[in-house]
Amino acid sequence: MEIPFTAKPRQDTGLYNAKLGIWLFLASEVMLFGALFSSYIVLRLGADAGMWPHGLMNIPIGTFNTAVLIISSVTVVLAWSYLKLGDFKKYKFFQSITLLCAAGFVGIKSFEYREKWHHYEVWFKEPLTLEQQPGLAGHAFHADNERRQIRQGQIPSLIGHFNYGHHEHAGYFWTLGTLKEKKITEIEFQPDQFHYRIPARIQAEMKKDGKAPEKPAPIKIKVEDIKRLSAFVPAHSTFFAIYFTLTFLHALHVVGGAIVIAWIWGPGAALWKTDPERYTNRVEVSGLFWHFVDLVWIFLFPILYLL
Amino acid sequence: MGDSHHSPEEIKKHMKLYLAVFGGLLLGTLITVALYYIYFVQFWKTVAVALLVATIKATLVAAFFMHLSNEKKTIYRFLLVTVFFFAGMMGLTLWAYADHTMLK
Repeated sequence: MEIPFTAKPRQDTGLYNAKLGIWLFLASEVMLFGALFSSYIVLRLGADAGMWPHGLMNIPIGTFNTAVLIISSVTVVLAWSYLKLGDFKKYKFFQSITLLCAAGFVGIKSFEYREKWHHYEVWFKEPLTLEQQPGLAGHAFHADNERRQIRQGQIPSLIGHFNYGHHEHAGYFWTLGTLKEKKITEIEFQPDQFHYRIPARIQAEMKKDGKAPEKPAPIKIKVEDIKRLSAFVPAHSTFFAIYFTLTFLHALHVVGGAIVIAWIWGPGAALWKTDPERYTNRVEVSGLFWHFVDLVWIFLFPILYLL
Repeated sequence: MGDSHHSPEEIKKHMKLYLAVFGGLLLGTLITVALYYIYFVQFWKTVAVALLVATIKATLVAAFFMHLSNEKKTIYRFLLVTVFFFAGMMGLTLWAYADHTMLK
């Protein structure tokens, strides 16, 4: 049996079936992401003053990925336009760029995730003091609360990477429990240069005085002095919890969209010969979904990376 | 576009528009990132500008890439319902927060 309006628009709505379908689906998607954005607002505004982490994201990588997604969005719409003009080859070309961008985005995202999973914060039972760690004096802290506390000479926690034993790197997802299980009694913690850098103005003054600014030195920490250890995973903080929830859901959409676009581009392309109008519609509908995924990222990028 | 009977000239004209939108989106991204480095004294101003730029970018994508600037009425009607519920959800969220701070 022939299903009506798979290619031709209906008289009453002026739309072919799939187009109405994708818009209804996107409307429900708005509510799905909307609910999570609303969770973000609640967590963010509910956080105690100065407790929302800043500067834990890699901004150049995030910016690059934003550009990748924007490029893919324009290639999708160009590919569809060429199909409308009957230029199948150009459609193939532009849509292959879309697919490369999709793979690039997911690849970069997974690199970012893995970086986070062995990047650590260590909290001390008793805050470190600057007398104990003079190497950290003058190093500006990124998060507002930390900056305030280091001025008072108190260091409640440090961010960076660590080694143990004979320069063996820590694995993924370690906690204080992992250290105890492995019977590790001391770690060598390398605070991030990015977080604990000396402000440029002070660096310039130090150079004038002939004193080269020191990098923050690795710090030996006894495991018994550690209150908590967490990688940058959802359990680290509400920030990372909502970060991983939102970005993983978004990445799933990228993967799902790419699979559909790839299928239409590859094995599904046989339809172009038998029913070009319906084929063009398929490309349009998958494109609408792709633009929506780009649109979500347009909001995710500033709220998670920059603000 | 809304209907499927555009002349090749029109489609080519639209393609130029897509490239212009693309430029606008890249510019918007640069502005957003620049805000991170040149921030305003009051944090809420940074947030307002960042969200404004994001909204403009999203509008560009929706209006031109998703062809909402020239769509059928049925889609507008459905999206009106979506806008209503989305705004309602965000409104309730902010209302809950206002309530919370007033109780403090």
